Amino acid sequence: MSDRLSGNEAVAYAMKQINPDVMGAFPITPSTEIPEYFAAYVANGEVNTEYVAVESEHSSMSVCIAAQAAGARAVCATSSCGLALMYELLYVAASCRLPITLACVNRALSGPININHDYSDSMGARDSGWIQIYAENNQEAYDNFIMAMPIGETPAVRLPVMTCMDGFITSHAVENIELLETETVRTFVGTYDPENYLLKKENPLAVGPYDISAYYMEHKVQEAEAMKAAKARILEVAAEFEKISGRSYGLFEEYQMDDAELALVLMGSTAGTAKAAVDKLREQGVKAGLVKIRVFRPFPCEELAQVLAGPKAVAVMDKSEGFSANGGPLFAETRSALYDLKDRPYVINIVYGLGGRDAKVEDIEKVFKRLADIVATGETGPVYTHMGQRSKEDMV
Amino acid sequence: MKMIAKKPESLTGAKYHYCPGCSHGIIHRLVAEAMDELNIREQTIGICPVGCSVLAYDYFNCDMLEAAHGRAPAIATAIKRLLPDRYLFTYQGDGDLASIGMGEIVHASLRGEKITTIFVNNTLYGMTGGQMAPTTLLGQVTTTSPYGRKVEWEGYPAKMCELLSCNEGAAYICRTAVNSPANIIKTKKAIKKAFQIQGQGLGFTLVEVLSTCPTNWGLSPADSLKWMEEHMIPYYPLGEFKVKGE
Repeated sequence: MSDRLSGNEAVAYAMKQINPDVMGAFPITPSTEIPEYFAAYVANGEVNTEYVAVESEHSSMSVCIAAQAAGARAVCATSSCGLALMYELLYVAASCRLPITLACVNRALSGPININHDYSDSMGARDSGWIQIYAENNQEAYDNFIMAMPIGETPAVRLPVMTCMDGFITSHAVENIELLETETVRTFVGTYDPENYLLKKENPLAVGPYDISAYYMEHKVQEAEAMKAAKARILEVAAEFEKISGRSYGLFEEYQMDDAELALVLMGSTAGTAKAAVDKLREQGVKAGLVKIRVFRPFPCEELAQVLAGPKAVAVMDKSEGFSANGGPLFAETRSALYDLKDRPYVINIVYGLGGRDAKVEDIEKVFKRLADIVATGETGPVYTHMGQRSKEDMV
Repeated sequence: MKMIAKKPESLTGAKYHYCPGCSHGIIHRLVAEAMDELNIREQTIGICPVGCSVLAYDYFNCDMLEAAHGRAPAIATAIKRLLPDRYLFTYQGDGDLASIGMGEIVHASLRGEKITTIFVNNTLYGMTGGQMAPTTLLGQVTTTSPYGRKVEWEGYPAKMCELLSCNEGAAYICRTAVNSPANIIKTKKAIKKAFQIQGQGLGFTLVEVLSTCPTNWGLSPADSLKWMEEHMIPYYPLGEFKVKGE
């Protein structure tokens, strides 16, 4: 069925269709609307979720951990400083192998305090053991949330999943959307049926016990193996999802990559802008292309290397600073993925859009122009630059 | 012509971003007048919260530091301990102080930190759009309690003055309201008294000011004042809860 929804309402609607057992709720801009919509579903009796409004995000994630450990399905939504306050618990959720689903509405992390979009919040949590799936638009935000539980709950994976969308750009803009029937969603998501949970009388257990050098490492290696296993499961779930929705998803989306000589790697809503730039350049005969990363954890290393073996020059566009003095997090992953290629393309990193600074079609065209110059001259120039920096000459 | 009123020196004069009928404007002015009258502006450092008054540094004409959500008392503690001859105030809403910052405020008062907290209680999270807060009254409709707060779901509203006045480190705990000229004058007196007690080094001081939020209450400014009188003041009684030495 067709509708028009904001990204936040689309995700809240997906939650309603799933009818989870527990929601841990605390407001923070721009994800606040998700618990608001959901509170109305609870109050109207449209779901039978236990809605727990707590005093901080540290507590909302604690609620989710406890609920999931008791064998229930728990969901949560947050942004920015809220995700940062959950940081300790993110690791606990992942290491206890509790497949909680968290809607992260990306917003720049303080400081300076800022409510607009970039990925500094979820990028800070990239090594916490959570699967991370990013959406370009409202449709993808909805679809990703529905796919999250079948991915995270499968026994070979059993990891929490963070579905991410761009704050305000996606969360608040109203777009056309295709919704699935609730029955279809419930059948697709199925029931959560862990073999172990609290108060199962056949198998008493402690969750989250002390674990030092004797076994801690085995514990972590199992988590690492689960993250490796997640890649295949994400593709399996995407294939199943295509059957019910007609929409197909991979680890990333390739746009005009078959014969691309100049390519971008980026994430989220900027992909829409970048596709317009690619179309414009293609009309002018420039072989431009784009890879939009959908799954950042696990990172699609080998698959991405295959696609990027074709172009002559690649610009990785990071919408968060990593302060590594060596480029942003997407750049670090992408360049590492290219290391094993025999013939590597030129690779540069453009950090852009921090704290919600807009990136327009013309900005993306400038990046392609820079790539074309690199190919023409064989000179890469500065590898790591910031786009639209007012205090410096714009290197792009 | 004789000047009988002017903008306090302790306000910058920047135009407020607050909604019509919001009490923050009045409370900012009262804090500023208190600073002027005690002649402490140049020895005062303020701590901003997260919430509607996050931009308070634009309005107070003294040095201000922005705290993370709920952490203002911890920030003020550190500055006061390093600069014991200065006046420190935190300006916090109920979503900041009574919720995510409950731990900080309780411990600052237990430690008897010589700071002043201006606690603006409007019974909900204003800036994020009116969600239920720990201070939301029973039966009160918010965006996350669409049919009103229920005891069996969300428990009871937090009475911060009553809670903090039990702590030995608290030197002055008072609740006021800004619903009438008389109560506005009392609020200023309370704020001045809190600063004076801070100056005497007697311990932690807090003035809770009951405030309106017409936008999120869905009421006109005039009806908001009436609602405050009919619903908030009966649950949150006004007066001094603790005055050390009295």
